Amino acid sequence: MALPAIHLQEVTRRFGATTAVDKLSLTVEAGEIFGFLGHNGAGKTTTIRLLNGVLAADGGVIRVLGLDPGTQGSQVRARSGVLTETPSLDERLTAVDNLTYYADLYGVPPGQVRGRTAAVLERFELADRAGEKVGGYSKGMKQRLALARAFLHEPEILFLDEPTAGLDPVAAQEVGRMIRHLSRDEGRTVFLCTHNLVEAQRLCDRVAVMERGRLAAVGTPRALAREIGAEMRYTLEVAADQRETARREIALLPAVKYVETADAELTLTLSDREAAPEVLARLLAAKVRVYALTPHESSLEDIYMALHRQGQERGMQ
Amino acid sequence: MNWRAVRTIIRKDLKVVRQTRAVLIPLIIVPVLVLVLLPGVGGALLATADPDSEAIRDFRRESAAFFDHLPAPISERLAQYDDEVQRITYILFNLFFPPMVLLLPTMVANVIAADSFAGEKERKTLEALLYAPTTDRELYLAKLIGPWLAGVAVGWLGYLAFAVVITLTTLSFMGGIFVLDATWLLLIFWVVPAASGLGLGAMVLVSSRVSTFQEAYQLGGVVVLPILLLLFGQLGGVVYFSPLLALAVGAVLWALALGLMGYGAGSFKRGALIARL
Ligand SMILES: Nc1ncnc2c1ncn2[C@@H]1O[C@H](COP(=O)(O)OP(=O)(O)OP(=O)(O)O)[C@@H](O)[C@H]1O
Ligand SMILES: [Mg+2]
Repeated sequence: MALPAIHLQEVTRRFGATTAVDKLSLTVEAGEIFGFLGHNGAGKTTTIRLLNGVLAADGGVIRVLGLDPGTQGSQVRARSGVLTETPSLDERLTAVDNLTYYADLYGVPPGQVRGRTAAVLERFELADRAGEKVGGYSKGMKQRLALARAFLHEPEILFLDEPTAGLDPVAAQEVGRMIRHLSRDEGRTVFLCTHNLVEAQRLCDRVAVMERGRLAAVGTPRALAREIGAEMRYTLEVAADQRETARREIALLPAVKYVETADAELTLTLSDREAAPEVLARLLAAKVRVYALTPHESSLEDIYMALHRQGQERGMQ
Repeated sequence: MNWRAVRTIIRKDLKVVRQTRAVLIPLIIVPVLVLVLLPGVGGALLATADPDSEAIRDFRRESAAFFDHLPAPISERLAQYDDEVQRITYILFNLFFPPMVLLLPTMVANVIAADSFAGEKERKTLEALLYAPTTDRELYLAKLIGPWLAGVAVGWLGYLAFAVVITLTTLSFMGGIFVLDATWLLLIFWVVPAASGLGLGAMVLVSSRVSTFQEAYQLGGVVVLPILLLLFGQLGGVVYFSPLLALAVGAVLWALALGLMGYGAGSFKRGALIARL
């Protein structure tokens, strides 16, 4: 079997009293698009820094392409491309100058600098504004230029910290296509940090969910969904004076796991999709006037809640 | 050593300075003022002065204490001249201008380092740079060499301009170059590089503690004080540059500069830099 692209074992990094990354163990295979999900402060950016030897770990073992970023940082960085959280571009220079600078830094063969620069600018649709100072770019254009910079030296691993933040839907989709192309057609590994679950599900082969520095879950999007998302959440809207009746009626159904009342609505957690028509039939039979029964898009929040519930249930057993 | 990356960083930092007016303008105006206009006007005035005029005799009388207590080598040199205007000219440009020539590299290295260290933090361009495939030491070296080279270059060019201007404006009565001797050569090749290093070292220290170019610029400016001290020392007749003193001053400045840079190397670590972003 090929060497894993990334291997983390019990990796910890603290900042004062905060533990940004807490005994994290993970393996990312070569060529995989790996989603790294988590809320603000979950430790995503810190993990990217650790993996590139920009920050030192307090404990644990890290291997990237078989190298130890702690002692072989510059070798790791030569083979990785990073899209940082902020574009980190020199706004006083033009797009071409920014890219040329990094092409030279990353050791792109001198004869290829011009060609590669022009090619990535073309690819990210910045060619017509390439001669302008970056200070005059829009947020999305800066983000695209920063992405272009990460691709410039054709790295084996790409670390993308919120790549679609600040992009409009069309551009975001284009970036998604590019990420898939890099992995499927070119065999590059992509480590994608995001708090956008939908994006992660669409793009990633596997995802890890981080919560306050800890790994909460890891697996294919489908397996994770099966594990936690077989249960589905719905919002039920009924006539105000019948809310209690509705609550009583459906609570009796075995497929209904939870009913919560919030403001004018009821939130139901059902064991699976097939429970929805049952609920509806029951309510109609009891002559409850139903205005809407809407399924929730499952969100990162749901995964956390489901994981918590599972944790609690396991704890009670 | 990844020399290509080092060269790339140096070139880019200097290029950005050339394109940034707030940094560039003081770097041009001060040298032109101090090493071209000031000596040019002085030289031109002296060229029209009459050695037997009342003004010159008054001046010589009033500064008798200064002229009569010059060290022997300078007195001997002055004795070779025929009139007071020549002697005044020689003293003026050989005693008061060396500190100016030292002031420039210090200031230039200081300002450019402020831009390259603190400015990089302020403009948020540091993070991507830290992900570049260089070691901490290569990055630090690259950040040091640019401002240092610029300081030395401005010091040398400034001296060259000064020497040309002063020689041309006083050619009629001085008969040739009189601002070039062993002391000057030592100043140029030994003390100027050290002065540039000092300006740089001071900024390395300052910029690790501040987060904007302006703050760094204002704090770092303090480093010109020891050089101003030299200037006032010369004016007051306390210090005279001789080859020996030039050697000693250079050695002290080098020691300070290298000390500061060595100290700075300790805090110039990726992990520390990124955690402070
Ligand atoms: N340099 C630092 N100094 C102090 N604390 C830090 C530092 N860097 C990160 N932290 C802390 O570590 C935790 C993880 O931060 P990190 O930036 O890795 O989160 P993140 O998942 O990238 O969040 P976001 O989605 O907001 O980018 C946070 O609690 C943060 O405050
Ligand atoms: Mg982050």
